[in-house]
Amino acid sequence: MSQMPATPVLSVRDLRTQVATPSGPRTVVDGLSFDLMPGETLCIAGESGSGKSMTALSLMRLLPEPMARVASGSAIFGGRDLMALPEEEMRKIRGDGIAMIFQEPMTSLNPVLTVGKQLTEAILAHRDVGAGEARKTAAEMLRKVRISDPERRLRQYPHELSGGMRQRVMIAMALVCGPKVLIADEPTTALDVTVQAQILGLIRDLQRDFGTSVILITHDMGVVAEMANRVMVMREGRVIENGPVAEIFHAPRQDYTRELLAAVPRLGAMTGREGPMRAGTVEPVAAGRTLTNPAPLVEVSDLTVRFDIKGGLLQRTVQRVHAVEGINFAIRPAETLALVGESGCGKSTTGRALMNLVPWQGDIRIAGRNTAGLTSQTMKPVRRDIQMIFQDPFASLDPRKTVGSLVGEPLAIHELASGREIREKVAWLFERVGLSPEQMSRHPHEFSGGQRQRICIARALSLSPKVIVADESVSALDVSVQARVLDLLQELQDELGISYLFISHDMAVVEQISHRVAVMYLGQIVEIGTRAQVFEDPRHPYTKRLISAVPIADPSRRREHFKQLEGEVPSPLWPAGSGPERVRLTDIGDGHAVALNA
Amino acid sequence: MSVATAPEPVPAARHAPFQPPGIVGQLLRRPLALFGLVVILAIVVLAVTAPWIVPFDPNEQTFDGLTLEGSPLAPNARFWLGTDLLGRDLLSRLLYGARTSLLIGIAANGIAVAIGAFVGIVAGFFGGIVGAALMRFTDLMMAFPALLLAIVLAALFHPSLWIVVLVIAMVNWVQVARIIYTETRSLAQREFIEAERGLGAGNARILFRHVLPHLLSTVVVWGTLGISTTTLLEATLSYLGIGVQPPTPSWGNIIFENQTYFTSAPWLVFFPGLVIILLALSFNLVGDALRDILDPTQKGRH
Repeated sequence: MSQMPATPVLSVRDLRTQVATPSGPRTVVDGLSFDLMPGETLCIAGESGSGKSMTALSLMRLLPEPMARVASGSAIFGGRDLMALPEEEMRKIRGDGIAMIFQEPMTSLNPVLTVGKQLTEAILAHRDVGAGEARKTAAEMLRKVRISDPERRLRQYPHELSGGMRQRVMIAMALVCGPKVLIADEPTTALDVTVQAQILGLIRDLQRDFGTSVILITHDMGVVAEMANRVMVMREGRVIENGPVAEIFHAPRQDYTRELLAAVPRLGAMTGREGPMRAGTVEPVAAGRTLTNPAPLVEVSDLTVRFDIKGGLLQRTVQRVHAVEGINFAIRPAETLALVGESGCGKSTTGRALMNLVPWQGDIRIAGRNTAGLTSQTMKPVRRDIQMIFQDPFASLDPRKTVGSLVGEPLAIHELASGREIREKVAWLFERVGLSPEQMSRHPHEFSGGQRQRICIARALSLSPKVIVADESVSALDVSVQARVLDLLQELQDELGISYLFISHDMAVVEQISHRVAVMYLGQIVEIGTRAQVFEDPRHPYTKRLISAVPIADPSRRREHFKQLEGEVPSPLWPAGSGPERVRLTDIGDGHAVALNA
Repeated sequence: MSVATAPEPVPAARHAPFQPPGIVGQLLRRPLALFGLVVILAIVVLAVTAPWIVPFDPNEQTFDGLTLEGSPLAPNARFWLGTDLLGRDLLSRLLYGARTSLLIGIAANGIAVAIGAFVGIVAGFFGGIVGAALMRFTDLMMAFPALLLAIVLAALFHPSLWIVVLVIAMVNWVQVARIIYTETRSLAQREFIEAERGLGAGNARILFRHVLPHLLSTVVVWGTLGISTTTLLEATLSYLGIGVQPPTPSWGNIIFENQTYFTSAPWLVFFPGLVIILLALSFNLVGDALRDILDPTQKGRH
């Protein structure tokens, strides 16, 4: 940087934030101090509960008082202590001096006001200009965040924009008054990887143009490596380690930082390996179970799922969502097939169709049984062979039941055990997934995210299934927890020979744990093959795009230019009577099939 | 918002120093709810013991119960709350009236909640044509003026205590059905219900083990809140002359009978009016507190 050995824009000293709990105040940010230099990007990294979001809210003075408050410390910005300013003065600084963008672009925009109204409001709050002038500035700002046709966008409502576009509007709103500091709290966590790459590139470019200092809060070490000048690693409210990005990644001083980095699956780390690797280690999985038995456990052919959208006076079907459009795949025993793609590509719907939870057409055979047209009664025996683990372990557990009864319930449903037998089996399952049997009488809310996912795994295991559909099962977990849950899943596979349909958007995790990979785009599989084939020799342009968009947790491999993609992902919505063109997969050798005509 | 991602709530798994208080315990900690409970309890005790504690027969027209001009007596040492237009003791009538009004309140509301919950759960959980038909019928009933309906029903049947109960239940179940329907609908779409289906659980199991327990708090709250509305509706019906028939006293018809004397003998309207308001208020206070205590979003915060 060519700046003078300048004075910091923001200087935080000994910040201490407390939240009220039934047992008295609990310190969630403990003695935080740092200086933010002009034009610098400071990343605050840490797992959930580390106090990183609380830090952001404290600096913005947006804590939900009186539940949480800043107990002591100072934050000097422009010669004034933010912590001591009256609310009136602080309001002038928010948006003008320091701006913030949040994780959920949908919930941070007001759904009943147009984009233009919200943008001009942000300008008028801080600048003494007329409405017409403000509107011009707003349009100009939208152009700067690379939104096409800004005049039209100004008249649109938030729901008419895609997630990536909404986040760009949020960024435009944050930067419209030219703040000196931008606080971005997990700005890309809710977005698809290709959109994430665009947003990160945008933040970086704007930072260069405007000279804004950025505090980027993230749990994603890939994003940290991509963006940061300096990194602060937080844990339980304290700064564990603080230093330049290269130092943190290449020579971490603290054990916790090392563990955190080791737990991050790195895309490309698997190059040249044959089978999957155990999570968080460099050990290959036990090669005990060879995949010599070619008889597939699950066979899916021409699976199609469409949802009708009815409209008009007569409630006729006017449009259809072509969620899944004629896909074929097979899963062999003790094999992990990963289904990757971005939101809306139909990967979750495929999993639900396998479980017979959505109406579908085509042909599915599970362990030799055809499940087409089965009712919930006749499907019951098949469910012993196929089970599912959902993305959100909290939403998929009935909050009013004890976890012991939830895990034992499948046994009761299928009349496999009763009374004491159930208790014993549940206790065994708890131990198997790394929980203690004493915890059986607790309720789901008393467990952490990772523990809840273990409970879900125990429940799925209780029927000793041959296949488990894991729908984004580790996406909601912190990396270190994620690594342990993945490890458990692989251990179970080694031991019991379970097959997984692993549905995920996270390319690095997929590369690490899967035997074979299928890439889905708009309801169709565009590329399928072994892990090595798909990751090391991607042939379909979409697969290439997905892989290149993943931020890599290594600052020395930082991309200088993000590939900027124009346009939005097309929609799977078609008028009744029409539909997408089916892609044809061509085998290019060794079972590596690619759609070449698309 | 990112507040949601802020520190995970400390799992309550840590050694809780004491067992969190039960529902009754939590009710007793709230002064307003405690007040409501005390009032309800007092009224119930008085109503139950009415035959033994009333100073006069509620229907007896005491010969010294009227002035020489034939107007009611104001409250005095012999008739604590005065007498009504026929020279009957108002206190005795109020105590006996409490029996009628409470009985109607609890029975009518119980039936209303039962019908409403049944319709709401069936329509919400099973949906389809039956569900749509049930809910359109509910909407129809809701759009119909409640009082008009009550008057028509009361005119068709000879008014009696149980007809009044039935009429009130017919009017009141619709709101319960609406609320239970909405809740059941949103419950049925929760992911844990889908997870249960994935495990092979049938409709009966999901309904009884995983849906009904979540609806319990709503039912309990309506069971109390509704009683106040019901008591007021009974008063309205009796006031209109289509409720409980004289000489049986109920709080509503005491006001109805004596309304013409309002200016010369205001106590005849004031005291029954006061107890109606007091009872309705008490049930409201308790119901409100119950709703807060049973609200699942408050779970884990105690």
